[in-house]
Amino acid sequence: MIDLSTTYLGLRLPHPLVVGAGPIGDDLDAVRRAEDAGAAAIGLRSLFEEQLRLEELTHDAHRGHHSAEAASYLPPVSDYVLGPDAYLEHLAKVKRAVAVPVIASLNGVTDDGWLHHAKLIADAGADALELNVYAVGGDPGEDAAAVEARLVAMVRHVVRETPIPIAVKLSPFYTALAHTARALVDAGARGLVLFNRFYQPDIDPEALDVSLRLTLSTPAELLLRLRWLALLRGRIDASLAASGGVHSGQDALKAVMAGADCVQMMSALLHHGVEHLATVRGDLASWLEEREYESLDQAKGSMSLARSPRPEAYERANYIRVLTGYARR
Amino acid sequence: MPNAVATERTVIDGNEATASVAYRASEVIAIYPITPSSTMGELADEWAANGRANLWEQVPRVQEMQSEGGAAGAVHGAIQAGALATSFTASQGLLLYIPNLYKIAGELTPFVLHVAARTVATHALSIFGDHSDVMAVRQTGFAMLASNTPQEAHDLAAIAHAATLTSRVPFLHFFDGFRTSHELGRVELLGDDELRAMLDPDAIAAHRRRALAPEHPVVRGTAANPDTYFQAREASTPYHAACVEHVEAACARLASLTGRHYRPFERYGADDAEDVIVVMGSGVSTAATTAAYLNARGAKVAVVGVRLYRPFDAARFVAALPPTTRRIAVLDRTKEPGAVGEPLYQDVLAALAEAWPDADHLPRVIGGRYGLSSKEFTPAMVAAVFAELASPRPRRHFTVGIVDDVSHSSLSVGPPLDVFPPGVFQAIFYGLGSDGTVGANKNTIKIIGEETEADVSGYFVYDSKKAGAVTISHLRFGPAPLAAPYLIADADFIACHQFEFVERFDLLATAKPGAKVLLNCPLPPAAVWDALPREFQAIVVERGLELWVIDALAVARAAGMGGRINTVMQVGFFGISGVLPRDEAIAKIKAAIAKTYGKKGAAVVAKNQDAVDAALAEVHRIAVPTAALTERVRPPIVSARAPDFVQRVTAQMMAGRGDLLPVSAFPPDGTWPVGTTQWEKRNLAFEIPVWDPAICIQCNKCALVCPHAAIRTKLYPSDALAGAPEGFQAVPWKGDELPGGRYTVQVAPEDCTGCGVCVAVCPAKDKRNPRHKALDLAEQRPRRDAEAERYRFFLELPEVDRSLVKLDNKGSQLLQPLFEYSGACAGCGETPYLKLLTQLFGDRLIIANATGCSSIYGGNLPTTPYTTDRAGRGPAWANSLFEDNAEFGLGIRLAIDGHRAQAEALLAALAPHLGDELVAGLTGPPPSDEAGMAERRARVAALRQRLTTIDDPKARRLELLGDYLVRKSVWLVGGDGWAYDIGFGGLDHVLSTTWDVNILVLDTGVYSNTGGQQSKATPLGAAAKFAAAGKEVGKKDLGLIAMSYGHVYVAQIAFGARDAQTVRALVEADRHPGPSLVIAYSHCIAHGYDLVHGPEQQRLAVEAGVWPLYTIDPAREARGEPALHLDLGGTAKRSVRDYARNEMRFRMVEQLDPKRFERLQAEAQRDAVRRLEIYRQLAELRVAPATAAPTVPTAATTTTTTTTTVSAPTATGKEER
Repeated sequence: MIDLSTTYLGLRLPHPLVVGAGPIGDDLDAVRRAEDAGAAAIGLRSLFEEQLRLEELTHDAHRGHHSAEAASYLPPVSDYVLGPDAYLEHLAKVKRAVAVPVIASLNGVTDDGWLHHAKLIADAGADALELNVYAVGGDPGEDAAAVEARLVAMVRHVVRETPIPIAVKLSPFYTALAHTARALVDAGARGLVLFNRFYQPDIDPEALDVSLRLTLSTPAELLLRLRWLALLRGRIDASLAASGGVHSGQDALKAVMAGADCVQMMSALLHHGVEHLATVRGDLASWLEEREYESLDQAKGSMSLARSPRPEAYERANYIRVLTGYARR
Repeated sequence: MPNAVATERTVIDGNEATASVAYRASEVIAIYPITPSSTMGELADEWAANGRANLWEQVPRVQEMQSEGGAAGAVHGAIQAGALATSFTASQGLLLYIPNLYKIAGELTPFVLHVAARTVATHALSIFGDHSDVMAVRQTGFAMLASNTPQEAHDLAAIAHAATLTSRVPFLHFFDGFRTSHELGRVELLGDDELRAMLDPDAIAAHRRRALAPEHPVVRGTAANPDTYFQAREASTPYHAACVEHVEAACARLASLTGRHYRPFERYGADDAEDVIVVMGSGVSTAATTAAYLNARGAKVAVVGVRLYRPFDAARFVAALPPTTRRIAVLDRTKEPGAVGEPLYQDVLAALAEAWPDADHLPRVIGGRYGLSSKEFTPAMVAAVFAELASPRPRRHFTVGIVDDVSHSSLSVGPPLDVFPPGVFQAIFYGLGSDGTVGANKNTIKIIGEETEADVSGYFVYDSKKAGAVTISHLRFGPAPLAAPYLIADADFIACHQFEFVERFDLLATAKPGAKVLLNCPLPPAAVWDALPREFQAIVVERGLELWVIDALAVARAAGMGGRINTVMQVGFFGISGVLPRDEAIAKIKAAIAKTYGKKGAAVVAKNQDAVDAALAEVHRIAVPTAALTERVRPPIVSARAPDFVQRVTAQMMAGRGDLLPVSAFPPDGTWPVGTTQWEKRNLAFEIPVWDPAICIQCNKCALVCPHAAIRTKLYPSDALAGAPEGFQAVPWKGDELPGGRYTVQVAPEDCTGCGVCVAVCPAKDKRNPRHKALDLAEQRPRRDAEAERYRFFLELPEVDRSLVKLDNKGSQLLQPLFEYSGACAGCGETPYLKLLTQLFGDRLIIANATGCSSIYGGNLPTTPYTTDRAGRGPAWANSLFEDNAEFGLGIRLAIDGHRAQAEALLAALAPHLGDELVAGLTGPPPSDEAGMAERRARVAALRQRLTTIDDPKARRLELLGDYLVRKSVWLVGGDGWAYDIGFGGLDHVLSTTWDVNILVLDTGVYSNTGGQQSKATPLGAAAKFAAAGKEVGKKDLGLIAMSYGHVYVAQIAFGARDAQTVRALVEADRHPGPSLVIAYSHCIAHGYDLVHGPEQQRLAVEAGVWPLYTIDPAREARGEPALHLDLGGTAKRSVRDYARNEMRFRMVEQLDPKRFERLQAEAQRDAVRRLEIYRQLAELRVAPATAAPTVPTAATTTTTTTTTVSAPTATGKEER
């Protein structure tokens, strides 16, 4: 059997396929089945800053004094588990349930209070933490430098206080993504996850409303990831993970060739079941074996900007060629 | 939660002080909510949910029952089985205990019932305190102990639990409802070891040995006969005779453990007094401090407080009186009409006759009533009683605290007496229920009471509204003791947390000269003085008050706390009042914030602490001009157009001057005029809906969902628009009911609560800018006057002809609502149903209303929301009790049907005089359609006319009964606490008859009125009080139970999910000739979310299968169709979790115990699927039409000839009995 092993965030993994952050990690049974299917690591859904705040504040709001008969309308909350407790408890359970590394995730947008949850997550036993900085950058008053500086400061803060390796899950929407990536690594990030898939609001024309829905990824989304994995591979000193659009063994292979140390899967597993992971791994291994690769390592980054036979394809030339290609037809 | 292990000082109210003992000293606790005792049960449930142990390292079994009658039975069983048991109740609840109290006492079983004594409903319900409930059980054989302060409530609870064990006489321990139950004071708690030391282990062992057990079986509760009952009844006499000694022994034990001494009767004042007041309950403190005050000024008076009221020990009572006593005034906090005197008065007279040493020179005794329903009892009143005693001819019977200008019983009372020694600081805070004022003040009291040496007391007065309830907090700080169970009359500090109050209330009436006043005001400091009305300015100047302001809302918003101004105002208080050094106070506030909110998370703590610093910087002192007051005075309370009664009586009550109204102002039988909420312009809304007719699609949903009938739609002829005020909007009506008709959507700006539900449901969006809808919210203040004028014009527009309108969701909203501007919560989910009911049937509607939210917003004084149409017709409404509403409503139906039968008989008898045509037009079932009903009414009018010409006693009788020839719609309305729990037996019985009554269950799934305790309608997985850990079992399926009868019309509705089905079901229920049951999903603030999303949550509940919409119509079954029709199919569109996750009542369970939450949610999902499947299958069930089955005679068909018969039973093989 070909050697598929890889190293991600300093964690030695038998192969690059891991369960990404999402609903599979919510269910202990699914987590166990994922491990059985061969997942190299398990990612957990994010603990959301807004969720924490909202719950704290909502509790507070519903405890008013309303009338002589009813001083309040819900039982007192003094002994209720609030904040991150439920998440941490679940994390600890997942940790006990599986032998593979568990990667927790924290999602926030401001730089106060919530960051200390990173420490609690580490204490609860996570092997690594994925920091999901979910900022849309929609404020016309904030320039690119300020957006990035805020991000870097947050990462530095978390890295300083948290003993486990930190990966930053990025969105592709930075003016100078490569520079941002390097700044994050300089701030202590051990890895970058490319990319966050935003909850993209849809429009309901009938109701004249915006509908919030989560759609599963498609392999078409992989292309954006491939380009940036290829651009960053070898040019920054950090692990890289592909996230979004990996559905098959071929997809995983491309991600590795572009430069990924680790390939996160979620949509395909939700669609086909966690057992699909074994199929992807088998296809990846067969492909490499059939073509007489010695190990996965040989293929890793082989198609990155640094090594690709046509590096310009990842930059502007690609765009021109595609356009002119269409024109000629 | 750790147990109290040693004596600790804490600030708690009388309820908690009592529950702290009762919980630890008990093994079984049966509970049922009733104000003001509910808190004790809630604490017991909460402690048990948290695993707190009693004195024997066990968590007591805490069980909510279906009524107080049920709780009484449960504790009776528990003590018979050898457990130590307790319970908590008040008022009507205590009355339901009575049968078991006789049994428990007759069986000499140790037991303690703790009672927050409350008024028993008579001409009116009252949740407030007096002794009418406890006096109703003085004959049961229970010992009765009265405590007067939170500390006494704690100590006497322990004495009761101790003495019941050794004496075997069960105890009722009581204290004044609200006055003591809700008063915050400093309490030294008994540690576990001390409490254990109070309870005699041998007595416990003896109790265990008497337990019913198969190992040593006995029989109890036999039926005795004339030969033995009497003697056996007398056999218990020695136990009652010895009871007082057991109480004294327990008091002595407590004294040895704590140094606090109590006696069955306590004397205060001069030992050589000639004039003595005898009183019981919190009034003892007032009387005693006043006596001390008077004695210090040369008087020689005394007070005897009664603690052990039953058994009443005459010898000890007489011994407690000064031997010099010549005159006694006995004060009773109850009224016993027709008696020689009130109960305590009679006891005192009898005791003196039996035990006074000089039988020839008995003291003169007079008796007075005071303090009914928490009426104030003040030092000035005590002084008036002493003055009466000392007068040459004291009245034998009197009242004090009111002006009785009818029976002339009342004493005249002088100006307020400040009986406190110097150093007591008194502060009053005016706030709104929703602004957190009460919470902040409780926090303040705890800071001072627990962290300084000062004694504290806090009492909180609420008005009767749920939306926009005004709260007045009375706080006292100073050297101990501060027992002053009456409101502050001389304030050192007055805070007004809502600036609008300066226009509504006489805020400064109680201000001492030089007092400090803190106003929350949105204006810049320089503009404040001129914005104050003349009355306010005058007092500030005359009494030299210090005036301070803060824009608390701005500070709170800047600190990210939204509209919650409580912390900001608390800082203002500490910043200027000087009760504590400022820096120390601020540090303590911050520490208290961390302590209070610590477990709720860092975000809340940080926000509140930031607000503290921000607030200090924003408190400004206003320079008070010495002269030149404004000419602007406070506006009148009600419009000059209001009727005389409203001007004279209602308006005074609205202004908070109800205490000043004399007896003659009131109806003697509790009958009040309807339609008075319209005069109470409360201006609660910060924002109101604004209509854009260009976008409006005329769906009328806004009017349908409005809880307060504060947004209305009207269809009227275009010529009615003549004289419309500027800006009045009207558009052509798109329907065909009234050709050329105009249509208007109009807001009642001063009655709207600003809940926003109408805007949330409005489906009409501007295509160019969908954020703009046909209804948008906009600030009320700038629009108030113009919209108010438009609303007045709108009301005067003609009402649509009812017979033209289709009775569906849209058409119903063109009909005039006869239920308006109630005191229900903003966004209430119940009131839209009631309003709709009055639109559909209001002019022929009689409502029997179970006690609960609907009886409070429906009938809580000063104003009533039920009103009349232009013909003067409208809903007639009455509330009997919580437990008997179905029976009460049935009685109304029986009377109406009897009246109609009589009217028809008289009609037949008078036919020769009346003419066949008139008689024929009035004979037969009254029409139920609008046109037919109008025609019938016209005939009745003609009949009346004709009758005046007939000289026959029968004609006179028919004149009184003629209106019963027009259909009457009888609706039995109440919440799920009534329908599922306490009133279920009666409701079930009514359903089992064939009478034409309609039952509307406003199902919030919780006891909303008493503050959110679980009922059997509480959904699986929801947290509620008494189910703090989350309800374990599914909601009772009341509809399915009713369906099992076969002849009952049943519907389950939710207006937010499908309003068309809601209207259809109500119309069908009304027309169904037998009993109908409509169960209405009612969102409620007890569910824990912003009620602007109420209709949306209804939709989610329906789509998740939690609340299937269906109707079950026996008429369909008779036609061979399935009786049950499921309105949205038999499959759920979404998961239960999609619905549950939006509500805090479900989310709390997750936060308490995530694993349990997962399990309960999975079970809730399974439960929803199972129920839907049952309904789906029932919706396919067809029953073969009956083949010559005989009609079973029923009450309805046999007792009168006029009742419409119900469709015949369709099941075959039913036999006649």
